[in-house]
Amino acid sequence: MTIAVFLEHHDGELQKGSLGVLGKAASLGEEVVGVVLGSGVKELAAGAGRFGAKKVYVADAPELEAPLPQPRVDALAQLVREQGIDTVLFAASVLASDTAGGLAARLDAGLNWDLVDLASQDGSLVGTRPALEDSVYADVGWTSDVKLALFRPGAFDPAETGGEAEVEEFAPSFEDFSTQAAMIEQAHEESEGPSIEDADVIVAGGRGLGGPENFTLVEELAKALGGAVAATRAVVDAGWYPYSTQVGQTGKTVAPKLYVACGISGAIQHKVGMQGSGTVVAINKDPNAPIFEFCDLGVVGDLHEIVPKLTELVRQRKS
Amino acid sequence: MKIAVCVKEVPDAAVTKRIDPSTKRLDRSGESVLNHFDSQAVEEALKVKEAGGESEVVLVSMGPAGALDSLRKALAMGADRAVLVSDDAAAGSDLVVTSRALAAALEREGADLVLFGQQSSDSDGAVLWAAVADRLRRPVISQVAELTVSDGKVRGKRQTEFGYDVIEAPLPAIIAVSDAINEPRYPSLKGIMSAKKKPQESLSGSDLGLDADVLGEQGSGTSVLALDDPPPRGDARKIEDDGSAAGQIADFLAEKKLL
Repeated sequence: MTIAVFLEHHDGELQKGSLGVLGKAASLGEEVVGVVLGSGVKELAAGAGRFGAKKVYVADAPELEAPLPQPRVDALAQLVREQGIDTVLFAASVLASDTAGGLAARLDAGLNWDLVDLASQDGSLVGTRPALEDSVYADVGWTSDVKLALFRPGAFDPAETGGEAEVEEFAPSFEDFSTQAAMIEQAHEESEGPSIEDADVIVAGGRGLGGPENFTLVEELAKALGGAVAATRAVVDAGWYPYSTQVGQTGKTVAPKLYVACGISGAIQHKVGMQGSGTVVAINKDPNAPIFEFCDLGVVGDLHEIVPKLTELVRQRKS
Repeated sequence: MKIAVCVKEVPDAAVTKRIDPSTKRLDRSGESVLNHFDSQAVEEALKVKEAGGESEVVLVSMGPAGALDSLRKALAMGADRAVLVSDDAAAGSDLVVTSRALAAALEREGADLVLFGQQSSDSDGAVLWAAVADRLRRPVISQVAELTVSDGKVRGKRQTEFGYDVIEAPLPAIIAVSDAINEPRYPSLKGIMSAKKKPQESLSGSDLGLDADVLGEQGSGTSVLALDDPPPRGDARKIEDDGSAAGQIADFLAEKKLL
């Protein structure tokens, strides 16, 4: 069995999620290779050795410069055919999901998504897939020759095991339709203040805050706890808080030691971005809010009263 | 211009979803509705149509025969007709099969623009458009929060983990909209009345040249092996604020050594 892991990169760095999947794959005891696709990325590829790849295939081409899926489908399909790779794993992201979906069609390869674990049982791979709002955990398998999987963001932490990867370049050829979509403008929204992806403590605000001015409550508590501020998609869309702080399906995936959710109902889109958190405290006035299903301490009450009091208590106890 | 919108019937959010232990598939016997995310793709198609020019909006779906009932909501919103791929042999189809069947139905329609919603609310997949685009050999743009169609081109503002990108592609193209793109309209009474009279066509696998062995579980590349209960999340505590909640949170954080 040869498992390839799609190593996504952004701003010259291999993404944590991909490296986590790489580490998981390496722990299964199978032959594991990394794949880096881009333009000017050869140096980046060598770095994957520290996270468990013995070998990294690199395609360096102008068609692969923009983070668009279809040229990546061409490259991966070619690699699978030429190198006898039977399994390709991805850490879910907008780019990785589109790439995996395209590759599934190209190779008629089964794709299981939203996996949180993977095991090798009697020579076959078995994935763990939470379903129906995580109310049931399914063991899923593959019946196709080539097997594809997308892992839930934050499913695995990268493990630095040391070592060096042999880097092998390959030259993909591209389909006409694969290069028709063109990147006109690639926006990078840089976050200010502590990065929520690396914070040990996150205080997040949702629509229950009532208005953008009440984010000061969240900011004050975050400051007292020494943490970062995050927001839900609803309030980012409403313009209350910057996109760089958005946690959820199309935002960032976070896994702090403590996540305090203020006025957040806990829609599935938000949940997928924070369910890897250690301890979750939720404050919401609606006793039926879904967030109470996946928190460690749920408080039904008015956050406008509770949060300032809590901030004060935290300050007192810390001083 | 012909605009196709791929839509899906899903269990109503009010129904507690369950997986049938014998088939290991989602139990679809309860109340069903149009996938909410898909109504946003329908809304966007109607906006493109209303922006001018002669356009037709066709719904394309795959599902059990009764799924036409759920599609009627999209017809009531203003879509012109519906095509449902429905075949007993197609039950249990995964991404490989669904993309194969939808691509065949879309090929038959020859649409200039194909729209998808952000995800299905039952399987939480967000991969189908990419698979369909590959089978149709057309460009694809996903997570589109703003869409413009002009001069034979489509331009989408894509929302990703890192910010917004602007991507352009020539028509025919496949677009998957993000749930930030619009608020779908409510069907008007007139729309609801006229929906029943709009053309609704049901196609079998053989109508599309697809044999039973490339449909359903037989044609799929994935399988469900077993179902388990989720791992417990420790003992969650829930309290109602009686004025002491802030103190109780602080104590809880101290107990967990987080303070």
